[in-house]
Amino acid sequence: MIQASGLRKQYGDVVALDGVDLDVREGEIFGVLGQSGAGKSTLLRCVNLLERPDAGTVTVAGQNLTALREAELNQARRRIGMIHQHFALLSSRTVAGNVAFPLEIMGVPRAERERRVGELLELVGLEGRGGHRPYQLSGGQKQRVGIARALAGNPAVLLSDEATSALDPATTQQILALLKRLNAELGLTILLITHEMNVVKSVCDSVAIMTGGRVEESGTIADLVRTPGSRLTREIFPLPEPAPAGSVTLTFAGQAGRPVVSEVVRKFDVDLSILGGSIEELAGDSVGRLRVALEGADAGAALAYLRASGLIVEEAA
Amino acid sequence: MTWEEMLPLLWPATVETAQMVGWSTLFTVLFGLPIGVALVVLDRGGLRPAPALRAVLGFVVNIGRSLPFIVLMIAIIPFTRLVVGTTIGTAAFVVPLTVGAVPFFARLVETALREVGTDVVQAAQAMGASRATVVRKVLLPEALPGLVAGLTVTVVALIGYSAMAGTLGGGGLGDLAVRYGYQRFETLLMIVTVVLLIVIVQLLQSLGDWVARRLSHK
Ligand SMILES: Nc1ncnc2c1ncn2[C@@H]1O[C@H](COP(=O)(O)OP(=O)(O)O)[C@@H](O)[C@H]1O
Ligand SMILES: [Mg+2]
Repeated sequence: MIQASGLRKQYGDVVALDGVDLDVREGEIFGVLGQSGAGKSTLLRCVNLLERPDAGTVTVAGQNLTALREAELNQARRRIGMIHQHFALLSSRTVAGNVAFPLEIMGVPRAERERRVGELLELVGLEGRGGHRPYQLSGGQKQRVGIARALAGNPAVLLSDEATSALDPATTQQILALLKRLNAELGLTILLITHEMNVVKSVCDSVAIMTGGRVEESGTIADLVRTPGSRLTREIFPLPEPAPAGSVTLTFAGQAGRPVVSEVVRKFDVDLSILGGSIEELAGDSVGRLRVALEGADAGAALAYLRASGLIVEEAA
Repeated sequence: MTWEEMLPLLWPATVETAQMVGWSTLFTVLFGLPIGVALVVLDRGGLRPAPALRAVLGFVVNIGRSLPFIVLMIAIIPFTRLVVGTTIGTAAFVVPLTVGAVPFFARLVETALREVGTDVVQAAQAMGASRATVVRKVLLPEALPGLVAGLTVTVVALIGYSAMAGTLGGGGLGDLAVRYGYQRFETLLMIVTVVLLIVIVQLLQSLGDWVARRLSHK
């Protein structure tokens, strides 16, 4: 749905994007995770050409945006919604007026506009708030207005620039749940950038981890947690690094409900002590990472059994 | 001088001042607003950057702002004659008043527009708004309280300028104060005129503040 290739962007001496490729599939929630200054916002703003990349191409819904002239680009942008960290609502307009704004830009007639605004406000849970002013709303409500406004043109794609970073944890979860629902109900493809792992864990199907203007690692979360040594796994399951000599780190994904560890202890002559670990719900799957010390005559056979059971087994040197 | 003698002088003078200020305010907005918008739009990082053109415009505006009004008024006499055909009377002074106030108001417009966050401008661009739409539907409406405040300051300044213009043949309250109060030692009339000017300015400022507050939804 969104393909970016070879994106470069430089501001003076600062290289904000240093050759970034991105492939966001239709209907998925794709997260770009990175620290402040990594180039995430620049990347997102290159996707709808708010910022023109120095090099590289951006294709959204099959249309090469980098090749468009301004008028065509303005047309294309109407099919790309965007939400912002600080909401970016017009204080000169009411809630309904803000949601109607993109419809005005598209030249939708007044009656149709009003009907659509009503629908959109209901969709985001703000029925009856149309007459309010943005300053009268809480942060979460403001972002709902932002979302309703972004969806006004029935976009295929929603871009989110740290949309929950100005919100408290409970409100963050509500907004993420709303995005997840819109993704499921409308088949909306969402590209979101964030510096919070929690956001990625809660809603993303895929992730790209950015550092210093480059994508360090990217793929579906399901694949990345199964990739030994992936940065995502290490960040989601913080265990002391490097692993102590002789320890073994096990990653479980997709073995939910199967008591693999007790099987091993029962079947083999080994003692198993747990050094650390945790379990997370990721992309609809229960994933765990456990660091253990295995001792006994059958240790080697036990590890082979674990591998055969589909666990990822990393042995410390 | 008694009140009966002063009123027939005060009333027409007030009307002349109101006419001079009213017309020049209208023309000031007409010319100053687009210039203020241009100063923002053409700037580096603006909607349509054109730094060279912007520099020229800024330079011209600064010239207008740095000339003392009394000098400007005299300096543009040929221009005034060209526009209105005469250089005396209330109508003639609308020209220098406007020329004097346009750069002043344009800078206030520029300041008000700069207060509008880049995030709302970019949000509108992300929706596919053209530059003209961004100016019309984002910049100007969002800056409206600031624009009203700037307009109020401009009108008050115009009242001050108009008093000066009056002394050169424009009529109005300034002319009255100088002719009677200063040249004929009618101290009472002088005081009444001054009080009248103070009251008018206070009322206009309060009105401007009130409107700006009503328009602000922050
Ligand atoms: N308009 C700009 N002008 C100059 N430097 C910029 C601009 N936008 C971003 N940068 C620089 O590019 C780098 C990446 O910024 P950004 O994309 O905002 O990162 P992030 O969103 O990951 O925090 C930073 O070093 C930032 O200072
Ligand atoms: Mg950012």
